[in-house]
Amino acid sequence: MSESSLPKDPGAAAADAPVVEVAEAAAAKLADREPILQVRNLVKHFPLTQGIVVKRQIGAVKAVDGVSFDLHAGETLGIVGESGCGKSTVAKLLMSLEQATAGEVFYKGQDITKLSGRALKAVRRNIQMVFQDPYTSLNPRMTVGDIIGEPFDIHPEVAPKGDRRKRVEELLDVVGLNPEYINRYPHQFSGGQRQRIGIARGLALNPEIIICDEPVSALDVSVQAQVINLMEKLQDEFNLSYIFIAHDLSIVRHISDRVGVMYLGKMAEIGTDAEIYEHPTHPYTQALLSAVPVPDPEAREHRERIILSGDVPSPANPPSGCRFRTRCWKAEARCAEEEPLLAIPTRFAEVDTPARHESACHFAEEKDVVGAA
Amino acid sequence: MTVIDDISDVPAPDAPLAPLLEVRDLHVEFHTRDGVAKAVNGVNYSVNAGETLAVLGESGSGKSVSAQAVMGILDMPPARIPKGEILFQGRDMLKMSGEERRKIRGRKIAMIFQDALSSLNPVLSVGYQLGEMYRVHQGLSRKDAKAKAIELMDRVRIPAAKERVGDYPHQFSGGMRQRIMIAMALALEPELIIADEPTTALDVTVQAQVMDLLAELQREYNMGLILITHDLGVVADVADKIAVMYAGRIVEDAPVHDIYAKPAHPYTKGLLQSIPRLDQKGQELYAIKGLPPNLTRIPSGCAFNPRCPMAQDVCRTDVPALHPVGTARGSACHFWKETLGE
Repeated sequence: MSESSLPKDPGAAAADAPVVEVAEAAAAKLADREPILQVRNLVKHFPLTQGIVVKRQIGAVKAVDGVSFDLHAGETLGIVGESGCGKSTVAKLLMSLEQATAGEVFYKGQDITKLSGRALKAVRRNIQMVFQDPYTSLNPRMTVGDIIGEPFDIHPEVAPKGDRRKRVEELLDVVGLNPEYINRYPHQFSGGQRQRIGIARGLALNPEIIICDEPVSALDVSVQAQVINLMEKLQDEFNLSYIFIAHDLSIVRHISDRVGVMYLGKMAEIGTDAEIYEHPTHPYTQALLSAVPVPDPEAREHRERIILSGDVPSPANPPSGCRFRTRCWKAEARCAEEEPLLAIPTRFAEVDTPARHESACHFAEEKDVVGAA
Repeated sequence: MTVIDDISDVPAPDAPLAPLLEVRDLHVEFHTRDGVAKAVNGVNYSVNAGETLAVLGESGSGKSVSAQAVMGILDMPPARIPKGEILFQGRDMLKMSGEERRKIRGRKIAMIFQDALSSLNPVLSVGYQLGEMYRVHQGLSRKDAKAKAIELMDRVRIPAAKERVGDYPHQFSGGMRQRIMIAMALALEPELIIADEPTTALDVTVQAQVMDLLAELQREYNMGLILITHDLGVVADVADKIAVMYAGRIVEDAPVHDIYAKPAHPYTKGLLQSIPRLDQKGQELYAIKGLPPNLTRIPSGCAFNPRCPMAQDVCRTDVPALHPVGTARGSACHFWKETLGE
């Protein structure tokens, strides 16, 4: 419990110096531990074909194009980005719901992209998923008890047949639903309650990692907070690791220990929540953060806004070099020729500053766009 | 024929100060198999030219239904408006004939819908749909209407408008489709625009572009804007005043700065506390307990009482009126003083 709550504390203390110190301590603490999930150069290309009789490939949608990150036990890694940036495809790859084109996903040292059959089934028990839309991800013709109990049909070793009903009732209780609702159908519940059912199903097999793909974006504001609080409580209780995928940057900041920003199939910047939100160095992250409306009318006068022009380019034909250069105000000739790698920018490498985190930009520069200080 | 006597009781010493639109004690109900769903229960608000009113609420709070009633696009039946007045420039639109309302709709009051993809006709080109406004309302020829459509697309900054005027909705991105919706609403230079969740389906960077454009055009034409949304962030960015709705009633209405600094209704206060902030890392979020009520069985007294941390016996029996708080705001809470004072 203390493990997962520790990295969250530094943000609460808003003073400058302690944040650096504690963030570093947290980073050192994470480095000590073996990551539970290591993603290395993950690639997923969806082929585009032409012709009916003789199909030939005319190109590929490069949904995920070389993404690497680590996930530690008890940690929450937030992944943000606009629609089409590949964040949901990453989720599917981690679940082995899609076959990766290239790259590795190591779960406790074992590459799960190469696994199949019984070995894959065993790994999947430990990686579960909570889906975005609680209205379509629950089968309307199954009772809540059957929905939450279904994972036990696939992995009977977790709960023997006689125990299942009791186990499902426990799960309902854990997620804050009345265990007497076990025989009800999904349509008898509200959106927030359905998402709790989805979470109970994700918890059923005692997984270590839960991948949440936009778990609260379909919910009303007042219900979102209930579900977020529940997820944080469960994380402490069961020492879960979350990969939390969302487009709402405020929620991601609230729940995450570390945050990765994706753009067009690549990771643009990754770091602890304070590093990304208070000391972003990648222009895309800065633009994204500055575009988020802050619920404070006083802020609208003094907040600087970076309005990006144009739309996200097609992932079937991404720009050469840096993928963000077509919308970037800093872009120069070098950006078109040379692809910036995700690394600690050289100018910050020697300096002890929160700006020292991985950022894929040739001209990485710190800029506080949120106005947190 | 027109109801001019309604203006007389509006305290308006000089005419320009009379509100552009005033909604008075509006009720809307839906007759369903489960009984009568009371979607809107006595809503009052007003918008002046050049002003932005944000109507804030969760799903089922009646914010969209009240806007549809203003626009005159509710399906009746099942909907019914048993009571209320909608005064546009002093005339009650509910008493007008269908023909008269048609002349106002599109020309004087226009609407922007949430989902541009399903609001645009997929089998007609964008230029045709934009030009339709001019052909139908102003009797322009096809050629002139097309020229006007290109002009409009330029206005909302669609690149290469001339080449793209013949494209179909699916060939545009989400942000561009929403711009086309805005262009269509602006076509006849209306005096009031109702935007129903105009950016909910868009990404944040595109949302910022679209809201910017909308604000700029509003200034240029000095239009009134009713912005319907659930996003407290967007409201803080653009609104002049806010009406917070819950279960078909306005529970708080105030100028934008007051409400964020000091909410006077427990629901508003709870909402503000329950959203995570981008610029600060909080601890546990405050969560409003329970669920929004079923509109066929709205709780007696104050509709918020089962979820309210301050509820007392009087809240379960008496419906609170909108008490004036200071000069320009109101709170429908028996304990608004306590809510403010904490």
